[in-house]
Amino acid sequence: MATRMSVLDVRAMEVRRGARVIVADATFAAAPGEIVALMGASGAGKTTILRAIAGLEPIESGTVTIPRPVGMVFQFHHLFANMSAHRNVWLAPVHVLKQPRAEAEQRAHELLASLGVGDRALAMPHELSGGEAQRVAIARALAIDPHILLMDEPTASLDAARRADLAATLRQLATQGRTIIIATHDAEFARACAHRELNVEGGRVHVVS
Amino acid sequence: MMSMRACASVLLVCLTLVSAPLRAQNPPALRWGGDAEGGAPYVEADAADPTRVVGFDVEIAQLVASGLGRIARFVQVGFTSIDAAASRGDFDVGLSGIEDTPARRARLAVTVPYYEFREVLTVRSSDKDRYRSLADLRGHRVATLGATLAYDLLVDAERRDGIVPVTYEDDVHPYSDLVLGRVDAVVLDAILAQRGVRRNSGLTNQPAALGVGHYVGILSAEQSGLRDRMNAILRDAMRDGRLERILRRWDVWNDDQPRLYARVLADNSPYPVSPSSLVSSTTAPDAATMTPEAMRTLSPPDTWEAARRYLPALLRAAVITIVLSCLSMGLAVITGALIASGRVYGTGPLRVVLTGYVEVVRGTPLLLQLFVLYFGLAAVVQLPAFLAALLGLGLNYAAYESEIYRGALEAVPSGQLDAARTLGFSEPQTFFLVRAPQAFRLALAPMTNDFVALLKDSSLVSVITVVELTKETSIFAANIGSWVIPGMMCAAIYLAMSLPLARLARRIERGWRHG
Repeated sequence: MATRMSVLDVRAMEVRRGARVIVADATFAAAPGEIVALMGASGAGKTTILRAIAGLEPIESGTVTIPRPVGMVFQFHHLFANMSAHRNVWLAPVHVLKQPRAEAEQRAHELLASLGVGDRALAMPHELSGGEAQRVAIARALAIDPHILLMDEPTASLDAARRADLAATLRQLATQGRTIIIATHDAEFARACAHRELNVEGGRVHVVS
Repeated sequence: MMSMRACASVLLVCLTLVSAPLRAQNPPALRWGGDAEGGAPYVEADAADPTRVVGFDVEIAQLVASGLGRIARFVQVGFTSIDAAASRGDFDVGLSGIEDTPARRARLAVTVPYYEFREVLTVRSSDKDRYRSLADLRGHRVATLGATLAYDLLVDAERRDGIVPVTYEDDVHPYSDLVLGRVDAVVLDAILAQRGVRRNSGLTNQPAALGVGHYVGILSAEQSGLRDRMNAILRDAMRDGRLERILRRWDVWNDDQPRLYARVLADNSPYPVSPSSLVSSTTAPDAATMTPEAMRTLSPPDTWEAARRYLPALLRAAVITIVLSCLSMGLAVITGALIASGRVYGTGPLRVVLTGYVEVVRGTPLLLQLFVLYFGLAAVVQLPAFLAALLGLGLNYAAYESEIYRGALEAVPSGQLDAARTLGFSEPQTFFLVRAPQAFRLALAPMTNDFVALLKDSSLVSVITVVELTKETSIFAANIGSWVIPGMMCAAIYLAMSLPLARLARRIERGWRHG
């Protein structure tokens, strides 16, 4: 499946937890600017595929070729609970990428504003609504300039209007050349924003369209 | 109905069992209180049968009991609480090398004295010619047992001669610490001093007496009738030589005793001799030259006046308590954080060692750890008392803190760590920027709790001669013969220290909640 243009290339990836095979022989690729939806029921292995690609799960066999850093937006956001939305966004640019603090803070403000949560910069994570927290999490993931954005169930905490907003936002990000992999069981949302849908079932990946 | 009848019959059987020995044993045994930790020659556990006690106080108790037609039964009481136990009526009479003091006469019924002792200065033999009296010991540490005539004497000498009094909870360690050089002299009863010199080589008792005191029996104030009967029995025993035989058997008889007995027998009042006297170090004990401080100890002190006089000392002791607690907590927090990090992030062997440390420290009494640090290690390294107290408390609490931190570190959701990893943070960055701050927040409430507990546990360090708030309070209480006012003052000072702390912790927590 790997195309000449692919930025992400997953081949025969297997992930186990103990003796249990969670992901068996997952093979797929994604091109720059492409939005790929991993579809499937809960427990099909979608989240584990994303976590393995992000390096959070050890891979039993197979290969994952991916440019670092990887942006990951978790289903429950996992914003750092001990700091404001703003600091959540600029922390990695300053400490990991060693960007100057003032520059990183400015960039964080811009990212939050572009995602429509500029006014929530000083709020603590527990003070944010589900939708706000998700946008802050996206801003945090984008702050390290990843080529690929991995999103786990991004519509879980959103109403219909917010879902449409998010689809537009992701399309916008894709046009800037970012590859986005979405794990979702929301078929309507996948149709609204994904270029390609893959079906995950029993830890295997199938081409749907 | 059946069960009620069954109950009634069981009750009847119980009543019969309880009342049977009461009827058989008429009159009841004479319960006498003493502290077997005081040891020979007063009261000590029999080496052949540790359930029995032996000593001259034991034999005097038997003598008094048989005079009353009763059987003596020993009640173990800690020496420092013997007055309180006597007034509560935990025993009929306390006999354990108890000194005759004005405070005791004011609050208890006190028997005639049965022994006269001299306060003796003990020094290392090499200092024999240098330290002849307390006046020669300006700026030096002089040890004694807390809440005794000897302690009053040292407090007096602190003002007059500039010596530094050091109080111990027992009468063995002053002498071993004198050998080690932790103190430069010991002032205690001649009986204890002779025992100290016998047990430790290289010590010498100076011949001059620093003061004279008497041992008495103590009863609750209501028991003056029983006390008068005991006085008659003691006087008989002085007259017919039975008391002399007991004291000779324990090798504590000397020429002071016949003189004392003559005075006691010449005056038939309950108090034929004055409670105690301080003697200037150069004069003979008989020519009692009274210092103003000695006059003070002769009249029962007024409680409120005493409270006013002791308040500065209590506040000074409170400063020791708070400084010791803060430093110990600091040590506990740092060490505890290192232990917790080692247990969460460390390799197998490190974890085993750290887990072992935590289990050993948590599983053994703090009191024992303080003893080991201060006295047990003395042959290897002589820690100053304050440092030993700081290390003992700090390292003990470190074990508890480490468990709090480990729990808190493990309670930080794994999603937080996943997020940090995907953003590229290193392990140390994740620890310091994300995990530790969140864990600290979870740990704050139990930490505050522990600090308040430590503040109070710091009272245990009095066993290694650090005089902190509780010790100063018990000295105060012994001086006036009551715990009521000293106890209330002590409690008020502890609360004044712990309440602001709890408020501070709540404010920090509130601050976090708001951003």
